[in-house]
Amino acid sequence: MEIKKAAMAGTLESSDAQVTVEPGTDGIQLSIESSVIHQFGRQIKATVMETLSRLEVTDAKVTVVDKGALDCTLKARVECAVYRSNGITENLPWGGVIR
Amino acid sequence: MSHPYKKRLRRSMMFLNCQKPGLIKDPYIYKPDSIMLDLEDAVAENQKDAARYSLYHALQEIDYRGVERVVRINGLDTPHWKEDIRVCVAGGADTIRIAKTESAKDVHTVEEHVLAAEREFGRPEGSTLLMAALESCKGVLHALEVCESSERLIGIALSGGDYTKDLQTVITGTGVELQGARQQMIIAARAAGVQCWDTVFTNLDAMDVFEEEVKMIKMMGFDGKSLVNPRQIDIVHKIFTPTQKEIIFAEKVVREIDEKKALGIGVFTVDGKMIDIAFYNGAKRTIDLAKASGVYEGDL
Repeated sequence: MEIKKAAMAGTLESSDAQVTVEPGTDGIQLSIESSVIHQFGRQIKATVMETLSRLEVTDAKVTVVDKGALDCTLKARVECAVYRSNGITENLPWGGVIR
Repeated sequence: MSHPYKKRLRRSMMFLNCQKPGLIKDPYIYKPDSIMLDLEDAVAENQKDAARYSLYHALQEIDYRGVERVVRINGLDTPHWKEDIRVCVAGGADTIRIAKTESAKDVHTVEEHVLAAEREFGRPEGSTLLMAALESCKGVLHALEVCESSERLIGIALSGGDYTKDLQTVITGTGVELQGARQQMIIAARAAGVQCWDTVFTNLDAMDVFEEEVKMIKMMGFDGKSLVNPRQIDIVHKIFTPTQKEIIFAEKVVREIDEKKALGIGVFTVDGKMIDIAFYNGAKRTIDLAKASGVYEGDL
């Protein structure tokens, strides 16, 4: 999926993550900020990259500000930001690429 | 055949805002009978989409440890409810709470889309249960037709905030403004053989008033109450769980009626109270409730 415009999902509340996606041309440029980066940085990166890969996002600038989100929350925020960047809110592929 | 969980124990049904990951990640620790993951009023209009992704992954990935997962969807007068139904069914929600229900037709409309979603996502047909929130005078007046509208319908819940607005009054704390709706709804639910839940109580500084209200709705016949805070759960469970004294009396009633029936005796006394066959179902219900609440140790 192409990132058509900048879009954001999530908040800076505890247990949440704020994910911003912006159009890019040179692969995925991922930046992560987290208070638990030393413990969970690798896992956060893996979850975000897997989710982007499932959504077939190949070029984007992605910024994640993590506030202790569970994996399921991270996925939800990445998916929401990507679909928002495409203006899609209906007939989503639940159980397909969203899983 | 009726759904195996249609009549499960639902004393406490706690609302949780799907917009807040911190709220939906571990509510089972408070041990409510049901959680109600809210896509409706608690979620801001521009966050309806975000709440659905969170809901989907929560339903799929969080082990709620036997707590029933109800989802409150947006009203049929909004652009959101169709996608809400798709995500609920795809995620495997146990039950969908229909907001602002006013007629059997509303339930049928939701049912039609639930069935389509069950087919789309490969869920067993009929596996998603429904409950209806009555939030207007018209809804309350149509309680019986709503209760009888669908095999999937587990019951009806009063939504007091919207209902009192429609009635042109406010929640007073005395309960006087809700008397008619409560009475009408419980009678309709019992006539149709479904469950009935009372509205939320939002003043967390008045736990004593809350407790009195729970005692009252229990006496009226309600199955439980919608809740907004985990602190309310234990109070509801305590009031809705039969005491050991009530359980022992119910056991005696059931045993004596069974025995006396065989001897051709219709009326007799138990602990000084006159008992006849009319007490049988009530006593059985007390034992069933004790069993479902995990406090029954007898062998009936």
